[in-house]
Amino acid sequence: MQILAQVAFILALAIGIGIFVRNIRRMIRNIKLGREIDRTDNPAERWGKMAKIALGQYKMVRRPVSGIIHVIVYLGFIIINIEVLEIIIDGIFGSHRIFAFAGVTYGFLIGAFEILALLVLVGVIIFWIRRNILNIYRFRGRELTTWPKNDANYILYFEMVLMTLFLVMNAADYQLQLNGANHYAMAGGEIAGAFPVSGLLLPLFEGFTDSTLIIIERTAWWLHILGILFFLNYLYYSKHLHILLAFPNVYFSKIRPKAEFDNIDAVTKEVQLMMDPDADPFAAPAETEAEGDEGEPEKFGASDVFDLNRVQLLNAYTCTECGRCTDQCPANNTGKLLSPRKIMMDTRDRLEEVGANINKNGKFVDDGKQLLDDYILREELWACTTCQMCIEACPVGIDPLSIIVEMRRYLMMEQSAGPADLNNAMTNIENNGAPWPYNQMDRLNWANEN
Amino acid sequence: MAENIQVPTMAQFMAEGKAPEVLFWVGCMGSFDDRAKKVTKAFVRLLNRANVEFAVLGTEESCTGDPAKRAGNEFLYQMQAAGNIEVLNGYEIKKIVTTCPHCFNIMKNEYPGLGGNYEVMHHTTFLKSLLDEGRLTVEGGKFRGKRITFHDPCYLGRGNDIYEAPRDLLRKLEVELVEMKRCKKDAMCCGAGGAQMFKEPEPGKEDVNVARTEQAMEVKPQFIAAGCPFCNTMMTDGVKAKNQEQNIEVMDVAEMIANAEDL
Repeated sequence: MQILAQVAFILALAIGIGIFVRNIRRMIRNIKLGREIDRTDNPAERWGKMAKIALGQYKMVRRPVSGIIHVIVYLGFIIINIEVLEIIIDGIFGSHRIFAFAGVTYGFLIGAFEILALLVLVGVIIFWIRRNILNIYRFRGRELTTWPKNDANYILYFEMVLMTLFLVMNAADYQLQLNGANHYAMAGGEIAGAFPVSGLLLPLFEGFTDSTLIIIERTAWWLHILGILFFLNYLYYSKHLHILLAFPNVYFSKIRPKAEFDNIDAVTKEVQLMMDPDADPFAAPAETEAEGDEGEPEKFGASDVFDLNRVQLLNAYTCTECGRCTDQCPANNTGKLLSPRKIMMDTRDRLEEVGANINKNGKFVDDGKQLLDDYILREELWACTTCQMCIEACPVGIDPLSIIVEMRRYLMMEQSAGPADLNNAMTNIENNGAPWPYNQMDRLNWANEN
Repeated sequence: MAENIQVPTMAQFMAEGKAPEVLFWVGCMGSFDDRAKKVTKAFVRLLNRANVEFAVLGTEESCTGDPAKRAGNEFLYQMQAAGNIEVLNGYEIKKIVTTCPHCFNIMKNEYPGLGGNYEVMHHTTFLKSLLDEGRLTVEGGKFRGKRITFHDPCYLGRGNDIYEAPRDLLRKLEVELVEMKRCKKDAMCCGAGGAQMFKEPEPGKEDVNVARTEQAMEVKPQFIAAGCPFCNTMMTDGVKAKNQEQNIEVMDVAEMIANAEDL
């Protein structure tokens, strides 16, 4: 019987981790559909930023209520996972609380896990109330309906259930140890672990036989670990990948001034060619380096996920839809259609659609859709003031602005599809060096005016 | 007020075989917009007062390409940049000061990649350095004790992490500096950035500049201090939209210093 349980456990573990690895590989494959970008410069600064913002949750606590609760849930998640290590070892070898030999230290750890579990439970309940009962701007967005709204709640329910199972498991285990039950009680009658929270549940078990308690303990134990394995695989299908991706995402985030946009090198080459007096305007296009396949001219800007860079696609998978960006976006605040969070969600949804297409067909088969228009509307793109508030607000280093600008580049340079009044300003800059139709020769007139 | 300002051009310096201490990049707003021209002249008066040997490009100056770049027209931006860099490098310019955070950002951060390497300063930082060096002195004058809030320009503050220089200048004026709820890193945009200045806003509930003006009104300022010609226009329009012209005046930090001194 015992050996059967061990085999079942190992099987569950292998399947759970196996599917997870498959999904992560698919995610990496999808990210690699994007353009290459070098963000390996200044490793010291990048590690430092990661330590401060991802590990240290520096930006989270700028909003004290949600920030501090998030830190508790985050610490709980990381620290309670030490216990999962013991659960896995016990599951494989059929042992009971293998680390119990650590004595007082073990008691301290289990006690700390229990207190954290309780704090996480309370924190997650507050999160649920904030999301569903309080009227908070960033949880009301038009992109936060149906699946994204349910997804966020499922995650909270999950954490509530996992924490409850953890505490019930400990309570039953504690009672069994007190009863001196075989396999549970330690030689010498010592108690393995300390149970400051689950100990309070003991009155619920009054009059239960050992076998009933064992059923309760085993059920909670199994549901807890199976729940964790399920949750691990739920990550990829939810908004919750940030618990893993926040770290690489912050590492690869922009470390230049926020107002600095990249220069497109291909444009620089063309401009140099145009300004070069020795260039022959009628010459056949040079056999340029390996850029682009079959000499296809490079596309400017982005109309689909393939045109975005890999950091932008990683950004999309990392976004946990917290909405801090949208909450402070001047366009969104004044009722425009633009929501930086939706830009990230759309990018991810489209990338997942492309990924599913590849899973099905072996390679991407044109589906007649693209990120522009089918997901992100032009009206959204043109509402952006490029104020960089979204980048500043994001607690995990996502840059929605860069995607907006990349898509504007496509509209302007590939489609000449800017708003008419903006096109007038562009024409003026081209003709007379200012966005208005003033003569460049009048540029110093102010010095002589009164 | 009788204008008596000296505005030498780079061409004049070149003809005399001299180089100025700094190039003043006036920008399109500063050259053509009636409101911004007043800021330009106020800044020149301060430069004259501090005996700074500066020059402007005058008719050789052209749009930096900022609205084009933010709008997505990388090609037009790079054409403008190439032309400007050719002029600037031709004059062997080392140091540039500008009253526009958009010109400041693009020349400081984006021109280097195209061969334009200069020390670029926003005018508030430059004025601060003149004060620190004792070349310019500022006293409270008519702004002493006045309630003033500073509206951070995105491309100066969040974009380039400069928050204190303009505030230090205002403190020198002995004003009562009050901060809006959203200030510094969290400051809300005036609504002009990203080439919005040159187009109609998308449909929505409210204009961004009006929303930002409402935020400023919450702290009941007598003046809104600006550091950007676009913000200046947007906030001025916002104040008008809220019928607050009698109570709130929008002024550039440089104007305030020049006016306090009655220059």
